[in-house]
Amino acid sequence: MSSIAPSAPHAPASSGLMATLRHARYIIGDNPVTGLAFGLFVIIVFLALFGPYIVPYDPLASNTAFALKPPSAAYWFGTDQLGRDVFSRVIVATRLDFIIAVSSVALVFVMGGLSGVAAGFFGGWTDRVVGRIADTIMAFPLFVLAMGIVAALGNTVENIVLATAVVNFPLYARVARAEANVRREAGFVQAARLCGNGEFRILLTQILPNIMPIMIVQMSLTMGYAILNAAGLSFIGLGVRPPTAEWGIMVAEGAAFMVSGEWWIAFFPGLALMVAVFCFNLLGDGLRDIVDPSRRT
Amino acid sequence: MLTMVLKRMMLAVPSLIGVVIVTFLLTRALPGDPAAYFAGPAADKVAVEQIRVKLGLDQPLIVQFGRYVQDLGKGDLGNSLTTGQPVLTEIKNRLPASAELTLLGLFVAMAIAIPLGILAATRPGSLIDHACRVIATAGVSLPVFFLGLILVYVFYYLLGWSPAPLGRLDVFYNPPASITGFYLIDSLLTGQWETFRAAISQLILPAMTLGIFALAPIARMTRASMLAVLSSDFVRTARASGLTPYTVTVTYAFRNAMLPVVTTLGMVFSFLLGANVLVEKVFAWPGIGSYAVEALIASDFAPVQGFVMTMAIMYVALNLLIDILYVLIDPRMRIEA
Repeated sequence: MSSIAPSAPHAPASSGLMATLRHARYIIGDNPVTGLAFGLFVIIVFLALFGPYIVPYDPLASNTAFALKPPSAAYWFGTDQLGRDVFSRVIVATRLDFIIAVSSVALVFVMGGLSGVAAGFFGGWTDRVVGRIADTIMAFPLFVLAMGIVAALGNTVENIVLATAVVNFPLYARVARAEANVRREAGFVQAARLCGNGEFRILLTQILPNIMPIMIVQMSLTMGYAILNAAGLSFIGLGVRPPTAEWGIMVAEGAAFMVSGEWWIAFFPGLALMVAVFCFNLLGDGLRDIVDPSRRT
Repeated sequence: MLTMVLKRMMLAVPSLIGVVIVTFLLTRALPGDPAAYFAGPAADKVAVEQIRVKLGLDQPLIVQFGRYVQDLGKGDLGNSLTTGQPVLTEIKNRLPASAELTLLGLFVAMAIAIPLGILAATRPGSLIDHACRVIATAGVSLPVFFLGLILVYVFYYLLGWSPAPLGRLDVFYNPPASITGFYLIDSLLTGQWETFRAAISQLILPAMTLGIFALAPIARMTRASMLAVLSSDFVRTARASGLTPYTVTVTYAFRNAMLPVVTTLGMVFSFLLGANVLVEKVFAWPGIGSYAVEALIASDFAPVQGFVMTMAIMYVALNLLIDILYVLIDPRMRIEA
């Protein structure tokens, strides 16, 4: 977490870093939920990296003799209609869901963050163009726009990532714009200008690093939404196709069995989805408390 | 005040133009040849050429756009490939089902969230305050389709309290004569109590699902805005003047705290209209969301485009309505105008 620390301008870097770490520990100590969220985050990353190597069964191997079995010692989360182990599928799906969320957030960070910073820093027509694009996206209900984009561009995972990034664009552009705008005439910017730096160089080397903390909080907060959005799209049959293990599509596959009492097929992937989103939201709140104590609720 | 309202209505025009441009671009972004796409998989080369000329795809882009806007002006959203029906008719027929569900969901959300937010703000640090915070965070994290399925499992399978999650009305009942298209209102107007009961028992679970989903942002905003208002000078003055806590909270604080909440409703609607699609799929609700989902699965683009368009126009209109409402309830806005 030290990399996002806003180091104090007058103190040497190390003591600023120490102060931030102390502050972070104070926040986490004050709010153990943030600590819990961070622990969950580590687990999710671990499962995304090593999940496929530690699961007890092949997530795609069907075994009709053991179809629709409730949770037991052998099959912790039960088996689905094709006899596939739900536990293995939930674990393996972590990687795909995580990749979708991370790449869409990274994409929107580059698109929205950079254009927002440019809009706030340069003002004028850059600002108007970016603002107009953001307004147009905001004129749609976001999930509906994402549906339309995936339907038009083609039903692939890449387009789910793109659609999720596009619907988050206004959020990033606005935050970046507001943050860049207040730093436009800040002392360190003037100093950089006096040293003969070009405007574009100032934007990249002075403004961007300074708004990083806020942007990282924003990324953490929208990560949960990105997962929900992607899972929602695959729930209605867009993007990921069966038999791929992905939480949204697994819930969709289990939905039909909910009315006949086989709850575990949809329940566990849904639970995983919920825990992941919960984790990112709490983590985002916690990071915001560390970065910007004035907005604590 | 009228000029204020008119001014605000003018601001919605660029949004609408943006919506039209984006939906137009989405059609042109279809992978491959749109003519082949609209002709369907069974069409041969000649048929595709005919469709191309018929759709005007051989014309320059700007001419195509002009024609597209012309069609929209006539209310023509194209025909569905799978059903052959005009998209506009289908959307018109299905819209009341979606609207009834969404509005009831919003009502449920507000009926729970606003009192909860007020109670949490007036008793900071209490049990209800913590409950409000947990609900607000959990509500944002809960995938709405998952929540719907859990409710189905508990209330249909385990408890048997609610009917099977299959549409607006059990097959044993005839839908009431269509006056408003809302089954609840229509059955009341025609005095069919049995139908009313059947319709509401079908509606209650999906509406609860949407309500719980929309509850979180409203509760969070109500709490935050009540807290801000309760610590303001005029509330302190009201308290110091010896007004009862009830008068201070309800008459003085509540009315002022509602302003930011009304503004959040715009965002809530964006979530609700999206969540509506997922909830309609879970409950086999015959609204415009499930119409779009069916079309999506069949790669039938015209209904999806019509759906995105309708939703966007509704959303712009709702935001407009919220802003006008804001002018109406906040006297300061009137003076500025």
